[in-house]
Amino acid sequence: MSKKNASTLPVPSVSPKTSAPEPAAPKKAAAKPAQLVTAVEMGARQREISVSEFFTKNRHLLGFDNPRKALLTCVKEAVDNALDASEEAGILPDVMVQLEVVPTAGHALPASQATRFRITVMDNGPGIVRQQIPRIFAKLLYGSKFHRLRMSRGQQGIGISAAGMYGQLTTGKPVKIISRTGPKAPAHYFEVQIDTKKNEPLVHENKQIKWEQPRGTQVSIEVEGRYQKGRASVDEYLEQTSIANPHVRLIYKTPDGETKDFPRTYHELPPAPREIKPHPYGIEFGMLLKMLQDTKSPSLSGVLSSDFCRVSPQLAEDICKAAKVSPTMKPRDLKGHAAETLYQTIQATKIMAPPTNCISPIGEKAILSGLYKQIKGEFYTAVSRPPAVYRGNPFIIEAGLAYGHRPDDQAKPKQPAMPKAEGEHEEDNSELARVIRYANRVPLLYQQSACATFKAVLSTTWKNYGVTQSRGALPGGPMVIFVHMASVWVPFTSESKEAIADYDEIQKEITLALRECGRRLGLFIRRRERAAGEYRRRNIFELYIEEVVEACNRLKGGTLPKEKLKAQLQKIATSRTGGMKTDEALGKTSAGPEGLPHSIIVTAEGIEGDVELASHIEADAATAASAADADLLGATEPKAKATKRTTNKAKPATGKSTQAPKGKAAQMALFVEKPATGKTSSDKAKRPDKPNKRNTPDTRTNAVAPREKK
Amino acid sequence: MTTKQKKTTAVEKKLISLADIVVTAAERSKDPTFAIPIRALSNVAFNERKGLIEMGSKKQARSFFNVGMAKKFMQTVLVADALSELQRADLTTSLREIYYRTKHTIKDSHENTFDTQDESDPVIEDLEVSLAALREELHVRAENSGSIVGPVVFADDGDRVDCSKLGKGGYSVPSIVEPEYLEIRRCTADFLLLVEKGTQWNRLSEDKFWRRYNCVLLTGNGQPPRGVRRLARRLHEEYKLPVYVLVDNDPWGYYIYSVIKQGSINLAFESNRMAIPKAKFIGLSSADPERYELPRNVGIKLNEKDIARAKELLNYQWFQKPAWQSEIKRMLTSGLKYELDSLANKDFQFLTKKYLPRKLKEKDWLD
Repeated sequence: MSKKNASTLPVPSVSPKTSAPEPAAPKKAAAKPAQLVTAVEMGARQREISVSEFFTKNRHLLGFDNPRKALLTCVKEAVDNALDASEEAGILPDVMVQLEVVPTAGHALPASQATRFRITVMDNGPGIVRQQIPRIFAKLLYGSKFHRLRMSRGQQGIGISAAGMYGQLTTGKPVKIISRTGPKAPAHYFEVQIDTKKNEPLVHENKQIKWEQPRGTQVSIEVEGRYQKGRASVDEYLEQTSIANPHVRLIYKTPDGETKDFPRTYHELPPAPREIKPHPYGIEFGMLLKMLQDTKSPSLSGVLSSDFCRVSPQLAEDICKAAKVSPTMKPRDLKGHAAETLYQTIQATKIMAPPTNCISPIGEKAILSGLYKQIKGEFYTAVSRPPAVYRGNPFIIEAGLAYGHRPDDQAKPKQPAMPKAEGEHEEDNSELARVIRYANRVPLLYQQSACATFKAVLSTTWKNYGVTQSRGALPGGPMVIFVHMASVWVPFTSESKEAIADYDEIQKEITLALRECGRRLGLFIRRRERAAGEYRRRNIFELYIEEVVEACNRLKGGTLPKEKLKAQLQKIATSRTGGMKTDEALGKTSAGPEGLPHSIIVTAEGIEGDVELASHIEADAATAASAADADLLGATEPKAKATKRTTNKAKPATGKSTQAPKGKAAQMALFVEKPATGKTSSDKAKRPDKPNKRNTPDTRTNAVAPREKK
Repeated sequence: MTTKQKKTTAVEKKLISLADIVVTAAERSKDPTFAIPIRALSNVAFNERKGLIEMGSKKQARSFFNVGMAKKFMQTVLVADALSELQRADLTTSLREIYYRTKHTIKDSHENTFDTQDESDPVIEDLEVSLAALREELHVRAENSGSIVGPVVFADDGDRVDCSKLGKGGYSVPSIVEPEYLEIRRCTADFLLLVEKGTQWNRLSEDKFWRRYNCVLLTGNGQPPRGVRRLARRLHEEYKLPVYVLVDNDPWGYYIYSVIKQGSINLAFESNRMAIPKAKFIGLSSADPERYELPRNVGIKLNEKDIARAKELLNYQWFQKPAWQSEIKRMLTSGLKYELDSLANKDFQFLTKKYLPRKLKEKDWLD
């Protein structure tokens, strides 16, 4: 039950061995020049590089390039860990993030100029057992996520220990941890640092303390950083996290002393992702060799069928036969050319695609509620694609879209009927769409243009959907485009995990999802325009008749029978536009949501589409706002029913006995939860059939089913 | 001054006739429609005998009860109203002031009659053409963006302006230069040099080129405005001054010359009054870099737009003379354009002391 975000950084490859063969070659070639170093001398210099030392020199690889990014990376690692742990334990996450300015040289600077910050992240997760705490927070490459193929946020970066080490490097301060595994257990307080030579934790302080939290973990790191709002800031990261994780309640205390509350708008935990074995198509040759070495299976065919998914014993035999190796030979004995043949045979063999029910998409409803909560728009839609596979790794693409200005925003300038000044008209055109990108629910904030999602947005022909787009640019207009990739292994372009690599299969899925969003947006825009067009046709003449008549009258020196002329012109206008017919059409053709699944349309008259969902979000936001003032940590008046529901539901999904005893769960909620309403009961009814469906063998229909249900 | 009074009423009558069109159509239950001559290449013809671009007879109907044109129609009536107001008050104004004068929010709506000046300017030109009234007659002036220096004496609002005694800054050419506004008292110059760029005009003015060669120096700072063109035409017509045009060696320079000589497509209806068919192109010619030993590195590579424009020019009827065809083709072959300013590469005063004297001596110009 470790709460560790182990790295996927290719640190092992930097072991001293790699450097050894290279110097050897030049030495032989250069026999003559005397001043060159001998192999012995060189050998004396060659020694092991500890992972921690490597990090010290290469922190940019892990997202600590500059103080601003480092601050974000630290927050990100801590939040990702909190969410992963809570979700795995089946707890609806309540996370509090606090940034404080640490006074340097005796006086506190304003947040925008400060260089030192204390980051505190607290969750209501399962907590960590005492003996694991030091290693999780002060030993690099230690944890539970690296060795398994399971969808989690924690592929992202090297983990909380790297953040701790960054803090240690820049401020010399240890990481402070409080953790408690349940109300009956004591809360432990630790102060730890990393021994950078040995990559081992150094415990400075370890004691039991009184903690008002019944359960959870709190990490506090002091780092050198820079706080700046705007693009790729901590604020943006948390806001986007909240969009893709509407089941999370996030409280953010900014260094300016503000408290931002991102309420929970979706009261269901996402279905727990399942761990799978690697698919033969997804592994590299070296990986295969390693698996042959490490396997517990006594025979070669046994390795293939038990360590990989989708390889039956029969298929394993066939593969061995085709590769001309004995199925019964010891896996360790397969080497060199024969191993390579085996690898090529595997790649050439037709093997069923990996199971896809191991992935947990956000879901259309949740995306919709996330977008609706955070972005003020007129039109929202969300699409989840059925699962697909790239290089043996299953993945799901989801896309969403929020468009337009909310009518009540538009209405504001209308009320005083302010005449428009020159240039005020074109505000819509100057704006470009914003793309928000996610991998396994984690916002990606850097390297937008290198990302497959961004490229797919650019290559989509948005003009077909009634949106402006210049060549090779983002579509224009007030629009937020949401793209999420969920996979057991998200292929990033580099170690810094900022952009998704451009595989054809991934690109295709993103494009399809975007097109579906675009198609719905196009329907919405066209419908709205048609309605507006009818209105214009009728009105345009009436408006202009007045102007024309007045001007003609002035031209004629004020001698015209104005009313008569007006009446005559109006008569012509009516006969030209079809008179009453237009008026009738007007009332009926206003934009409606029919034919637009998973969409919300906000008009001046009200909300259409997934109205139920939208109204719940608004109610939630209202409760959250009122609760925000209350002391977050002190709120111990929970709704027993709500919390119980959560723990019950999560249990079958994870199959782990990580929860605290049910009876006590009542006291555990950090924040007052929304009372169960009609909506939640319907969720309850829907919920049980989901896990069942997930177990059915036909994964494709299974994944589609919840989409069609609505 | 007496003629002015008479003209005013004529123009005003024309403006009022627009209101009559609306009233008559309304009485007959017809769609009120104005016929507006088309101002585009498709509706101009080059009159070879006169050496002018003349407007054809194609017209476009602008009707009120057509969704696409309704607003334009309304705007046309509004501008006509504002113009007749000017006539009655006997004031002149600018295009921008007309825009502000006619701009308001339509009653019971959030729509403005005009959103930008780009909407009102073409409407004014439409009215000029369809009413066959000159802009000056409509009492609309453009910005003063031209300068003149040399042995000319004007009378402007009763003030005597001697352009040979105005230092190197010269006299700022007003936008309306009709005889009733600007009188040419005396002109003793031998020729008129119209320079595209203000910078080169400054060079010539500072070097007192006009004094040595007894000429009038005129510039329009780029594409010359109507006032400058009209003034050049008057000096050419009334004082028989030959007109030489000095422009950059690029397709836009050629076009500026052609506008001065034959008139423009957009203002084809004014060619008769503005164009100077006998104007000569003195430089910069695409043959000059070689003849005056300008190094290749002061040239600028033609961009795609330049090339496309040059090819368009090749097809214009008024560029069909063999000399012009080879002039333009030479530019395309070299792939380079040259600014007037590049002459400074040889010497700061190369233009004044070498280039123009030699040009004039050798009578090296294009017609």
